[in-house]
Amino acid sequence: MTDQDAPDLFSWRPRRGGRDEDRRPEPRRSPAAGRGADEREILTVSEITARIRKDLETNFQGVWVAGEISNLSRPNSGHTYFTLKDDKAQLAAVLWKSAARGVRFELREGLAVLAHGDVTVYPPRGAYQIVVSRILPQGMGALQLALLQLKDRLEKEGLFDPGHKRPLPPLPRRIGIVTSPSGAAIRDILKQVSRRFPGVEILLYPASVQGVRAVPEIVAGIHALNEYGGVDVMIVGRGGGSLEDLWAFNDEAVARAVYASTVPVISAVGHEIDVTISDLVADVRALTPTAAGEMVVPDRAELLRHLARLQDRLRGLLVHHVSVARERLRAVEQASVLRRPLQAIRMQQQHLDEHRADLRRMAASWLAALRERTKSSAARLESLSPLKVLARGYSITFRPDGAIARGVGDLAPGDVVRTLLSRGSFTATVKETTHENGRKAAEV
Amino acid sequence: MEEKQPKFEEALSELENIIAELEGGELSLDDSLERYERGIKALNACRRILGEAEKKIQLLLRTPDGELKTQPFEAEEIMREPEREKEGDEDVPF
Repeated sequence: MTDQDAPDLFSWRPRRGGRDEDRRPEPRRSPAAGRGADEREILTVSEITARIRKDLETNFQGVWVAGEISNLSRPNSGHTYFTLKDDKAQLAAVLWKSAARGVRFELREGLAVLAHGDVTVYPPRGAYQIVVSRILPQGMGALQLALLQLKDRLEKEGLFDPGHKRPLPPLPRRIGIVTSPSGAAIRDILKQVSRRFPGVEILLYPASVQGVRAVPEIVAGIHALNEYGGVDVMIVGRGGGSLEDLWAFNDEAVARAVYASTVPVISAVGHEIDVTISDLVADVRALTPTAAGEMVVPDRAELLRHLARLQDRLRGLLVHHVSVARERLRAVEQASVLRRPLQAIRMQQQHLDEHRADLRRMAASWLAALRERTKSSAARLESLSPLKVLARGYSITFRPDGAIARGVGDLAPGDVVRTLLSRGSFTATVKETTHENGRKAAEV
Repeated sequence: MEEKQPKFEEALSELENIIAELEGGELSLDDSLERYERGIKALNACRRILGEAEKKIQLLLRTPDGELKTQPFEAEEIMREPEREKEGDEDVPF
């Protein structure tokens, strides 16, 4: 038979509720595609098992089952196999080794238990079973179950959400405490607080911590400390006790009051027991009231030592900074411009002096040359001087108008002339003039 | 009635920031001196806060008309008492 044949084979069947009327036949789908029985499908055993498994595992997650243990078997693997049964039915159960480690009582044949887990299918045997994650003796009964259910519910609601938890103030000024004023818890807390940080202000809201008044009084105390104002942190708790004694701290109203508190809450309940719900809701869980007293305040002596160390560091850093600055100053001082501030000027002066000497030298030689030239010029000049000529016996005759008589033609008889000759002059009247060619030019 | 003083953690973290700045080594000498002075102030504030010892332990009670009031709580008495309140020891089986 082919895939295409399959729908046709059953197409004659009456259809339920008309829902499938307009549905055209379609090829067989893989088990993964879609859920729900399509009556026209033919499933393999594996496929139907997978669907059953999916249904079971979806619908029976995290269930609590009450029953009696039988067929208990513990092979070497460390896993525990048994059957849970009541008078009408039975359910195969497996407790893996990892979960078995958390079981704090001995599983025995015939023991009535509450088992919490997920139903799964074991395909090779076509069997379903519950994989148990937690198991409790039914002796604790309804109280225990109610607690577990409340825990599950509040957890789902987010009351244990780590994101909601606030850090404790490092140094509270006012600490609130909700507990019995006469119990061991208040004494343990005060002892630690006064040892670590004597003198911090404490407000104690007296509340019963067991019995019927406990829940309303604890809730009232949490409210009162929030309302009073200025409370930086509060401790809500009591000393250890039986599960019944601690019951108030597993109460939903207390859990909600702790959750709603704007003041951070340290839950400090007992120490021999499982976590209470208020431990889970609180911002911080202290294992004991003593531990709460230790964590609520810092150790003052230690803080003072810390401050002293910080002071030393602060001082050391300042000293360091000053010495670095001093070192820089010294480095600057070492720089030659500061050490010998006149050096540069002196170097310039020296330079200048050198130039000046050069200049002087140059000027001197130039002057000498000049002097030399002047001297020779003077000699030449002297040799050309008319006075020199006069000394050799020549004379110069000036006409009456003062002009030099350069030739006999410049003179006429009767002219009064002045004649310049060596060491003086004389004045004469021209008697006659005679030309070189003997012709009488004029009579003086 | 809530006086607003610097909180211890604020003063402490200022002190620590100042030390970190000084350790950074980027500050001028003037700034270093200024930080040092502020650091000493913060340090003194921390010490002053740590020194505030009021030693008060009070009971917080609600009066019948709904008012909150405090009254002194004599802690010495219960602190001396060696006997613990009767509280069960029995373990629970899970």
